[in-house]
Amino acid sequence: MACGPAVLPGASEINDPTEASNRAMHDLNVAVDRAVLRPVALGYGTAVPEPVRTGLGNFSSNLNQPLYVVNDILQLRLDDALRNTFRFLMNSTFGLGGLLDPASEGGLYAEETDFGETLHVWGVSEGAYVVLPLLGPSTSRDTAGLIVDSVMNPTRLAFARPESDYITGANVADALNTRYELGDEIDRLYYESADGYAQARLIYLQNRRYELRGNQPTDSADAYSDPYDDSYFDPYEDPYAQ
Amino acid sequence: MPSKFSLTRRAFLGLTGASAAALALPGRAWALTVGAAQTLVERLVSDLYDAINSGGSEARMFSDFAGLLDRYADMPIIAQSVLGVDWRRASTAQRSAFVDAFSGYISRKYGSRFRELIGGQIEVTGARAIRNFFEVTSVARLRGEAPFDVIWLVSDGSGQARVFNLIIQGINLRTTEAEEVGAMLDRNRGDLDAMIADLRNAS
Repeated sequence: MACGPAVLPGASEINDPTEASNRAMHDLNVAVDRAVLRPVALGYGTAVPEPVRTGLGNFSSNLNQPLYVVNDILQLRLDDALRNTFRFLMNSTFGLGGLLDPASEGGLYAEETDFGETLHVWGVSEGAYVVLPLLGPSTSRDTAGLIVDSVMNPTRLAFARPESDYITGANVADALNTRYELGDEIDRLYYESADGYAQARLIYLQNRRYELRGNQPTDSADAYSDPYDDSYFDPYEDPYAQ
Repeated sequence: MPSKFSLTRRAFLGLTGASAAALALPGRAWALTVGAAQTLVERLVSDLYDAINSGGSEARMFSDFAGLLDRYADMPIIAQSVLGVDWRRASTAQRSAFVDAFSGYISRKYGSRFRELIGGQIEVTGARAIRNFFEVTSVARLRGEAPFDVIWLVSDGSGQARVFNLIIQGINLRTTEAEEVGAMLDRNRGDLDAMIADLRNAS
């Protein structure tokens, strides 16, 4: 831990050594989306009124707060740990067990995190790009993080059946709601893009690195290419600088 | 190639006091200031919300959005950089057809996301100079979502102050579209005209 966070790869760096199998998994995920996820999410979004969907989503995400707190502590980010703890207490009580989200309404938003980020803070680098079944884009480090998170999630440890089944149900409902709410974007990526696999990979990696970067300033030379410059693939590139 | 020269902010203000001077000197790259870059984005955001709040039809919103792109974004340079090395082998006619098709594609693709901004706000929070251009930072607060960062890159390399890139939560519009256009070109085996025809139909 003394060595500090891992160095984030450059903005345009992509490490995808198993691209062929990742593409196959991407195609499978698209097929599952087309056959099951998309129609079910559309049905869910249409049949269930918005306040109910939002309530279930709030309930599900509130139950993730304890896991955030564990990771915040492992990352020695005690301010985030306090913030997430406070959110959890507030929403679990005044928010009627998490169905409402008074914390966000008061400007106290979740500081989402996961064990993949904890590993990053501990100095583990990103690893290779991976497409997971159903869950989609990830990296080898973040996949390890997902496994650890699912094992150490306090909410999962605190409840036995049948409560744990209700929680799983709320998580599924939340996932369907996300698919419904992001409908157009996911449709565009999966069904309209010239290379949906490459788009999903680029968008995921850019966004993930941005999240991990936190408040650290952008390495402008890399992240901000100037298209006025003659270099084409540096994202903060200035195109005018010829 | 227009020659570039730099003026300090004070000298710039002292000499002109108005960006209208940039129009008076066509073809000459003008030295933009941090303040002017920030003002440009503030005006853009305000015009964007005027268009959203006008309550027009979806078709009307698309055309409003296309108008905003025209006024505030440097579509020729964005298109050129998105096409990358292939720009060099494109004929003049292909280049202008590509800029036109790409502008239409961008306004359809992002114009359809316009309505996500309804009821929200974008607050411009600051600006700084980076090399030959400016980074203007803003925070988007949309209904029911945690606030997120939107970064605008502004340059006057075209002779007028224009936005040339947009970075939303780390996702860089120019690199993302460069990859998409590259994939379209690959799908058409490098045939520029066929790719441009595809782009005109893409949303």
